[in-house]
Amino acid sequence: MSFSWAKPYEPKSPFMRWLDERLPLPRVVYGAIGGGYPVPRNLNYFWNFGVLAGIFLTIQIVTGIVLAMHYFATTEGAFNSVNQLIMRDVNAGWLLRYAHMNGASFFFIVTYVHIFRGLYYGSYKAPRELVWMLGLVIYLLMMATAFMGYVLPWGQMSYWGAQVITGFFSAFPIVGEPLRVWLLGGYAPDEAALTRFFSLHYLLPFVIAAVVILHIWALHIPGSGNPTGVDVKDERDTLPFHPFYTAKDGWFAGAVLLLYAVVTYFAPNYLGHPDNYIPANPLATPAHIVPEWYFWPFYAILRSFTFDFILPAKLWGVLAMFGSILLLFFLPWIDKSPIRSGNYRPIFKRFFWLLVIDVLILGYIGGAEINPFNIALGQIAAAYYFLHFLVILPLVSRFETPLPLPNSITESVLGAEAVETAPVASKKKRGGTIASATAE
Amino acid sequence: MATKAQSAEGPATPDSNGEGVRRRDFLNVAAVSFAGVGAVAAIAPLFVQMAPSADVLALATTEVDISKVQAGQGIKVSWRKQPVFVRNLTPKEIAEADAVPLSSLRDPETLAQRTKPGHKNWLITLGVCTHLGCVPLGIGEGENKGPYGGYFCPCHGSEYDTAARIRQGPAPKNLVVPDYEFTAPTTVLIGGKGKK
Repeated sequence: MSFSWAKPYEPKSPFMRWLDERLPLPRVVYGAIGGGYPVPRNLNYFWNFGVLAGIFLTIQIVTGIVLAMHYFATTEGAFNSVNQLIMRDVNAGWLLRYAHMNGASFFFIVTYVHIFRGLYYGSYKAPRELVWMLGLVIYLLMMATAFMGYVLPWGQMSYWGAQVITGFFSAFPIVGEPLRVWLLGGYAPDEAALTRFFSLHYLLPFVIAAVVILHIWALHIPGSGNPTGVDVKDERDTLPFHPFYTAKDGWFAGAVLLLYAVVTYFAPNYLGHPDNYIPANPLATPAHIVPEWYFWPFYAILRSFTFDFILPAKLWGVLAMFGSILLLFFLPWIDKSPIRSGNYRPIFKRFFWLLVIDVLILGYIGGAEINPFNIALGQIAAAYYFLHFLVILPLVSRFETPLPLPNSITESVLGAEAVETAPVASKKKRGGTIASATAE
Repeated sequence: MATKAQSAEGPATPDSNGEGVRRRDFLNVAAVSFAGVGAVAAIAPLFVQMAPSADVLALATTEVDISKVQAGQGIKVSWRKQPVFVRNLTPKEIAEADAVPLSSLRDPETLAQRTKPGHKNWLITLGVCTHLGCVPLGIGEGENKGPYGGYFCPCHGSEYDTAARIRQGPAPKNLVVPDYEFTAPTTVLIGGKGKK
């Protein structure tokens, strides 16, 4: 599970020794996020976002449980229970609700940084394929949870979001429409849909928490990656998680939570849509319906199919949208380059940033109004997204000449300094690789 | 493992130490299969509880009085919690719909096929876009009817003509004509067939 030099757990008191012999839970925690988990010493700030995602999951669960105490899951009562009872009458209800609303947005922000960190530094590559895939499962669960949560206030965007998203299923031939009716428990979103969404919205975060444990477990088998992508070689390459990374994660979490507080207090509705303060009306669609911002890139892919080609345009849109995420499950085998970190892959690095720009364009298009220019731009951006993963990445990983890797994490951190101060020691420690021979 | 333990414990019988099928194997397979069928049967209520319940199905018919709807006007009524468009077409709109060659349509249907005999001016369709379920505009006074004079869906830009047939945009099908009948010259019953 860990490196040979990981500090073993030593119970500090007779009670802890007694507990350790019966239920070694403190031992597990110590080995996972305590002094017993050695972490590469060269992690940069992008490695803070996994812990941040965990913090926001906790915030969502805590605020959500409290909000559920005041919420009515009925089509008559839902809108008022949120907008009158919780926002005005319940003590501190407004704060809890805004914290939950913006907590969802921040959860997605830190998760997106975390995912793109993984894409840049090749965190999906062997031996961490399952870490990556479990992460994608968490992401899919997050999307389902967020969607159902957005339906609960039963405003116009809630209602029409539910209508459009469950409409995806009707794109599938034959089974589609009965499946949609079964999922909704009716022919359109109504009481049955609202109550089941509430039930599942309460359940799924705990499923996410369980998959997070698997995600961390799978990560701790090979240990954390690092910005060089070079494997840990000896004890000098690592630091114990506690106190070093608990301290770094702690202060960085403080900084991000400050930003979260600023948005929650001063711009709580900035990331939302004003139409959700209009009660749901099944007979009138808002002029411009959009999902929450974190779905915009996928919404743009969905909308970019406007013509039939063998299959109906609608089915293409839905398949492409689901495909854009399912594709990522195959990433460890699409990108065959043995070099993990984008820092040592000059061509890959450029295409990575193009992909970031592409996803930002898709995000913009997904939230924008439909006009011929936006549709065309969205089609180009959607095509490029698939081109990146299906054509560019396999070609780049095949033909790219990577830059020379450092011999070890320690060398990448201390560089020539270590060689100068203790040339003999460092020579003795190193294996005789080609790179080290040329460096000396 | 069980075979080993048995043969070690007691005198070997022809069933228990042989390599072939034992009577106990049959009992195991039978018991596990029975339990498996039972488990699947137990999942059934968990599955069917999600289908539309009796109170939802009870709202399956709607009666509409269309006597007040003048030519060129339309009304929006609710059926199964979904909007239904009832539109009284003008002769010009009927002529426009009839003039379209069927071969140019994505979902070829004539206006006559989409209306009841003798009531060709009454176009009754679900007000649910066949793309992703938004309510198209064009039934109310002054709403955008789109370039084909029928309905226009603001969500993803599907355009329907005066027979509510899809002409342009992502929607795959024409607006759905629900099951309905004229119970009197000015009264329409929607969803009557589904009622037992």
